[in-house]
Amino acid sequence: MQKRIQLPLTDADIKELRAGDSVLLSGTLLTGRDAAHKRLFELIEAGKPLPVDLRGEVIYYVGPAPAKPGYAVGPAGPTSSYRMDKYTPALLDLGLRGMIGKGARSPEVVESMKKNGCVYFAAIGGAAALIAKSIKKEELLCYEDLGTEAVRRYTVEDFPCIVAIDSEGGNVYESEPVKYRRE
Amino acid sequence: METRVIPAEDITAAVKKLFMDCNYLIGNDILSALEDARESELSPVGRSVIDQIIENDRLAARERVPLCQDTGMSVLFVEYGDKVSVDGCFEDAVNEGVRQAYSEGYLRKSVVRDPVFDRVNTRDNTPAVIHTRIVPGDRIRLTAGGKGFGSENMSAIKMLTPSYGAEGVKKFVLDTVFSAGPNPCPPIVVGVGIGGTFERAAQLAKKATFRAIDTRNPEPFYAEMEDELLCEINKMGFGPAGLGGSTTALGVNIETAPTHIAGMPVAVNICCHAARHASAVI
Repeated sequence: MQKRIQLPLTDADIKELRAGDSVLLSGTLLTGRDAAHKRLFELIEAGKPLPVDLRGEVIYYVGPAPAKPGYAVGPAGPTSSYRMDKYTPALLDLGLRGMIGKGARSPEVVESMKKNGCVYFAAIGGAAALIAKSIKKEELLCYEDLGTEAVRRYTVEDFPCIVAIDSEGGNVYESEPVKYRRE
Repeated sequence: METRVIPAEDITAAVKKLFMDCNYLIGNDILSALEDARESELSPVGRSVIDQIIENDRLAARERVPLCQDTGMSVLFVEYGDKVSVDGCFEDAVNEGVRQAYSEGYLRKSVVRDPVFDRVNTRDNTPAVIHTRIVPGDRIRLTAGGKGFGSENMSAIKMLTPSYGAEGVKKFVLDTVFSAGPNPCPPIVVGVGIGGTFERAAQLAKKATFRAIDTRNPEPFYAEMEDELLCEINKMGFGPAGLGGSTTALGVNIETAPTHIAGMPVAVNICCHAARHASAVI
């Protein structure tokens, strides 16, 4: 039942993926969370160039633990996405096509996703050791001074996630809990 | 009784081991609650999420790697015997233990020195948050936990007044959990602190998240409230990872303290399924 998706995402992938789809992502993606988003956003506001090209990319909201010797990466599960909401529409306007995180997004983010054609994936929060097994390589891109919050490029193989919000606004955080709500 | 002298290095070594162990090894209370939830969960997606959490937790224990990348802010509850003297500075010894655990144990350093302006990482996860109580005896009991902030951010405190009664307490707990929704990595553990002052209620709530979830409050009224709240939370439907299901929480622990005639403070500290804590007696 799991769909295998090769990154970068194509327009066809984005159009076809539906909220609730279980997917395995392979290819490369960017990492970035609170502090990196703040810096990128400030550059965008100041009209300055970014140190990374966001066009066509998927960004994973993660601040990994350090890798033990012999490991490609340390445990690397998703962080809560809503903290990136303030900055996200500006990044989507620059061509970011996908995000991986956990938890709900703001209405502004969902609107921007629909406008720009973008997918939001959820990885399982707290399954960091397991998720790290699907990350094969990491490379530092910028903001090394941020430590765990630096922007990196990950090479992933069969990275497991679920389409949480699709490009038409279908949203598992709205559609699924109500099915199990009682009284 | 003579004072027992404990070398500061012993405190450091114990603290180091506790923070490493609690980040690699989930408690049996959580693991068996997850296994039970795997059987009772109504959502197929929810069951698959629980399977992956259990697999993750076993993998982390086997390989001695952190089960979550957010290895937390280091919180330590200390019961400090009044017949004990530490040879050196106790707080420095604790922070040295944290420093060693987080650097040698491949744990993430998640602490910034200044909360608002420069937010520069201290690079060793210090300082720890230390809660100390002086107790009779010649031992030191340490209970350590790495507290992740995905769930910490979903916590809340409210200065309820007496007329709110038990119903008001329950409503505040449920409203807080409902507002948190899918964000704090459900299935969650809910720590509730009731009574004391503003800061005591918050501290009790934290202490409640450090209590094993297969224990109940010794007071029947509160034990019943724990069960009732757990049942109500699991009717909310958020489910594992917030993707829908019948397991939103694994446990609710309540801790209480005497309070003022005019007050009834209630604090709700939310913890993710990686409810990590470990204890040692020196």
